[in-house]
Amino acid sequence: MPDTIKRAPISQQPFKVEKPLDLNAIGGMISIQINEKKVSVPLGTTILEACRDNHIHIPTLCHHPDLCIAGVCRVCVVEVDGMRTLQASCSFPITASIKIKTSSELVRKARRNIIDLLLSEHHGECYACVKNKNCELQTLSKEYGVDNMRFGHVKEPVYEVDFSSTSLVRDMNKCVLCRRCIRTCIDLQEVGVLEAINRGDKTQISTFYDKPLQDVICINCGQCLNRCPTGALYSNDPSDEIWRAIDDPQKHVVIQTAPSPRAAIGEEFGYAPGHSFTPELNTALKRIGFDRVFDTNFTADLTILEEGTELLTRLKKAIVDKDTTVKLPQFTSCSPGWIKFIEHFYPEHLDYLSTAKSPQQMFGAIIKTFYAQEQGIDPKDIVSVSLMPCSAKKFECNRPEMDASGFRDVDYGLTTRELAKMIREAGIFLPELPKSGFDEPFGEASGAGLIFGATGGVMEAALRTVYELVTGREVPFENLRIEACRGFEGIKEASVKLENVLPAYSFLEGVNFKFMVAHGTANAKQVMELLREGKLSDVHFVEIMACPGGCLGGGGQPIPTSEEIRKQRAKAIYAEEEGLPIRKSHENPHVKYIYEKFIPEGPCSELSHKLLHTHYKKRGRYII
Amino acid sequence: MENNFKKTKREGVVIFSPYESGSSIKKALEIGRENILFEVRESKMKGRGGAGFPTATKWMLVAASRADKKYMICNADEGEPGTFKDRVLLTEYPALVFDGMVVGGYTIGSEIGILYLRGEYIFMLEELEDFLQSMRKQNLLGKNILGKEGFNFDIAIRLGSGAYVCGEETALIESLEGHRGEPRNRPPYPVNTGYMGYPTVVNNVETLASIPQIITKGADWFKAHGTDKSTGSKLFSVSGDCEKPGVYELPWGTSLNELVEIVGATNTKAIQVGGASGICIPKSQFDRKLSYEDASTGGSIMIFNQSRKMLKVLKNFMEFFVEESCGQCTPCRIGNIKLLEGVVKIEKGDYTFSYINSLKDLSKTMQVASKCGLGQSSPNPFISILENFKDEIFSSNGNGANHA
Amino acid sequence: MLVYEKNSLSEEIELLIERFGKDRVALLPILQIIEKRHNYISEFAQQEVARLLDIHPVEVYSVVSFYNFLHRYPQGKNIVRLCKTISCDMAGKQEIEKALKRELGINFDETTRDKKWTLEYTSCLGMCDQGPAMLVNDKIYTKLDPETAVKILNDTK
Repeated sequence: MPDTIKRAPISQQPFKVEKPLDLNAIGGMISIQINEKKVSVPLGTTILEACRDNHIHIPTLCHHPDLCIAGVCRVCVVEVDGMRTLQASCSFPITASIKIKTSSELVRKARRNIIDLLLSEHHGECYACVKNKNCELQTLSKEYGVDNMRFGHVKEPVYEVDFSSTSLVRDMNKCVLCRRCIRTCIDLQEVGVLEAINRGDKTQISTFYDKPLQDVICINCGQCLNRCPTGALYSNDPSDEIWRAIDDPQKHVVIQTAPSPRAAIGEEFGYAPGHSFTPELNTALKRIGFDRVFDTNFTADLTILEEGTELLTRLKKAIVDKDTTVKLPQFTSCSPGWIKFIEHFYPEHLDYLSTAKSPQQMFGAIIKTFYAQEQGIDPKDIVSVSLMPCSAKKFECNRPEMDASGFRDVDYGLTTRELAKMIREAGIFLPELPKSGFDEPFGEASGAGLIFGATGGVMEAALRTVYELVTGREVPFENLRIEACRGFEGIKEASVKLENVLPAYSFLEGVNFKFMVAHGTANAKQVMELLREGKLSDVHFVEIMACPGGCLGGGGQPIPTSEEIRKQRAKAIYAEEEGLPIRKSHENPHVKYIYEKFIPEGPCSELSHKLLHTHYKKRGRYII
Repeated sequence: MENNFKKTKREGVVIFSPYESGSSIKKALEIGRENILFEVRESKMKGRGGAGFPTATKWMLVAASRADKKYMICNADEGEPGTFKDRVLLTEYPALVFDGMVVGGYTIGSEIGILYLRGEYIFMLEELEDFLQSMRKQNLLGKNILGKEGFNFDIAIRLGSGAYVCGEETALIESLEGHRGEPRNRPPYPVNTGYMGYPTVVNNVETLASIPQIITKGADWFKAHGTDKSTGSKLFSVSGDCEKPGVYELPWGTSLNELVEIVGATNTKAIQVGGASGICIPKSQFDRKLSYEDASTGGSIMIFNQSRKMLKVLKNFMEFFVEESCGQCTPCRIGNIKLLEGVVKIEKGDYTFSYINSLKDLSKTMQVASKCGLGQSSPNPFISILENFKDEIFSSNGNGANHA
Repeated sequence: MLVYEKNSLSEEIELLIERFGKDRVALLPILQIIEKRHNYISEFAQQEVARLLDIHPVEVYSVVSFYNFLHRYPQGKNIVRLCKTISCDMAGKQEIEKALKRELGINFDETTRDKKWTLEYTSCLGMCDQGPAMLVNDKIYTKLDPETAVKILNDTK
């Protein structure tokens, strides 16, 4: 059972089957009849699951595999023999030998009427919609033969579109009240920005006191965008500005690409999840007109060194200096959604965060300083773009403190979906492009940086480096695979014993290095509650990613999403990483070069603090 | 004038028949759970809220389930337009209602009873609390009730806040739990997963008020009234064009003709049976009988005389549903808006018959595809008024409009 | 809102939580009392209730906006709720409606300038046999005619 379902209110939880209610149920299985076909299904299966398992298509709209049951759209209704009314197949548990009809006249008419009703309240301007050809309402209307708007159609928008957020756009004119965003925000992520307000014909989805998104406690994770079936929620798209920069000969436009978009962008071009298109994407970006294409993994490696050094420093202060002000465990700080989450919900615990910037922001600072210096380019002419799987990265690069270079360190955060749009606009079919590499001088990165894309990746990368720094030996895992960090469990916990350490780290001799990994802010909340209760005193390092699955499940990734899709993306990332020559951050030659040439005093030195570290803001929960 | 509730003596064969406060509790404790269930089952008592589910079955399901806690809830969220029998029962016969809850609580093994009182009835709150206090003093509530070792039961009153849909039992439970009053998916039913996830009985005020009479006077006595399938009597809330509006207790099976006679209605054109969500019956069908098997109702009877415009009546009902839908499921939230739009278009004469037909088709979808009883029954007046009064509605002045 | 007002409201809500329990089931009773005392449930009050019950402010807002008897914006000291169901309508609701509007100089869903009166419609009050009916705060009045309706306003302080 997904965590969301456990957390959902009673009304949204699935039916609990405690004992067989039907004598025909043998071994927990029950035989039912779907459209004259006899099948056997586990007791308690919903009609929807039973039909899908037997290759019978049932349309859905409010149902989402990541979320708890709602049963509100009624598109999935079916006829159950002996029942007066149609039943929503998504929420109906099978506990008796029932007979189901999935496309009787009554059912077809009902579906058609319901879709017509949804369309009558939906401002459907399909050609100008960001979700054109990837809209579930559009698909439904095609599948169910909508040929006219029998109950009318919204000609003019009624609600003002909320463009206030740097990351997300809310256009309630397109909302069909499926409430997936609510279940995402409250149950899946436990952020609690969106809820249904009013009732009857005035029902709508809104924020606290209908305030614009920028004024509420939205963490910009964008999980709602990934689950919105229509174009009511989408990301704030900077592609027009980026085109303008590319078309401007004065501007030197560079782009850094994060690992997760590369493992998912194929889905935008019709490929099944699980194909990585890194080299093809490099070519596409160059053809679009980016002057340089860099790999964010490079600064991911840099992050590991900074964050790892910071951790060792904290450990030393705590163990050797007996400094009680040192906060442990140290929490990772790469995920901007997580950062805003902790700033809002646990502002008193900000000191536990690593001060290291995220890879995106480290790269931004380096591009407009060392890179500009080395290449002899005026940093004011550099436009720095980052390709991210993430909607919160847009907010992050706009944080006022992110100007270490004297300029905006990163000018635009671009999501996977938005880049796919640019690639299509350029007339390029990505999968068929020739392959090419990243540009120098940051052309090489380690596999450790690559796996940042999956939940547990940062921890795995950090362990590979920290363990070796401390003991002088490689982590004791076959092929560097630290399985304890991998997989999609909500909260993972493991430890590794530090033995025969190098003299410099003698204070760590015999220490059982304990770490935790959590993804999705609902799980993060659980970890933070443990911290509050003082139950993390034996833990040293915690990785947290705001999005389910980590970055590969980010709010800027291709739609749809589901645990299965995220697993495929993770697979693609791990497969790509094993093929790389360098798999430890500290072995990345460019990282070594940066420290030798520009930051000779090394990680966590004064200069590195100026450029590569940041501070956080106590935001709190109170909404003004 | 401020409404003052005189404890008038009402006439009636079952509910309004003489009853001594606490007597049914005493008897119930004597005869035991199984005999109570037997009597209630034998009486063929069905839920008086309108849905008509056998009360004994509901009780048995909860009585048989094993759980740490069980709840006995009395649904006093009487919001159906034209219904006020619960008001009369609670202000004039609180002993019947509360004794019924205690008997129910004993039978199903519950220790906590909750009366969900609609916010509009806040004026009776104080008196009800006083009554409960007097019951506590008589040990009709509290610990070891009437000396029965281990039988503890108390009743708390919780107020609604002005939402018709909270009369739907799962919406009522949601509201009690501190949520929006939005109906839940069923199954699971409250008897399995109810208030706070525990097995819960939700009974209408009138249902519970009948129980003490059944327990003290027996199932056979109860069954002697009414019809075969609709046993006992029913409280009818009569309003509209008649001389003597008010609450009447009549046996099930009374015909509309008889009813019209009793309440002194003349020149009658139509009767809306079952409130806004009920059906509108024209004079030509007044031989129909009020019963679960024919003209079923939770008790609301609204009488319209010849001077009333039926389209205006329909518009009032549809406006009600547009506002009172909880707004979660598509057929009800948008469907009611569309039906109201249709009524307005008919009013203006701006319609085609194919449009009207697609609205009728939509009505059928709403009846079968809505999530709860509200959306499933809200098209009833639309269908029955357009059908039974089409001559009036679609006639006259050339453009087809009847300016109501 | 002034700081001391906020503090006293916080204290008030804390007392309510003590009385009803720190649990979501306490939400409606608490909101009902705040509404009764302040004639509405302010933004700050909603956030305080959310904080103390450990739920999200938007959930409180969502609940407040669902129920007709809870308000998110200030209302008049007295709320008049006139039943608009067909039975009351047939019994002469329109005349009462006109009289109330004329007397208070406001429309329905509006509040007088002196914040003394708010006019609202309500769905069936359950007084269909004695219509037209209206609820003034917690008191119900039936068999109204325009004159008595206005008199009731004048008698209510």
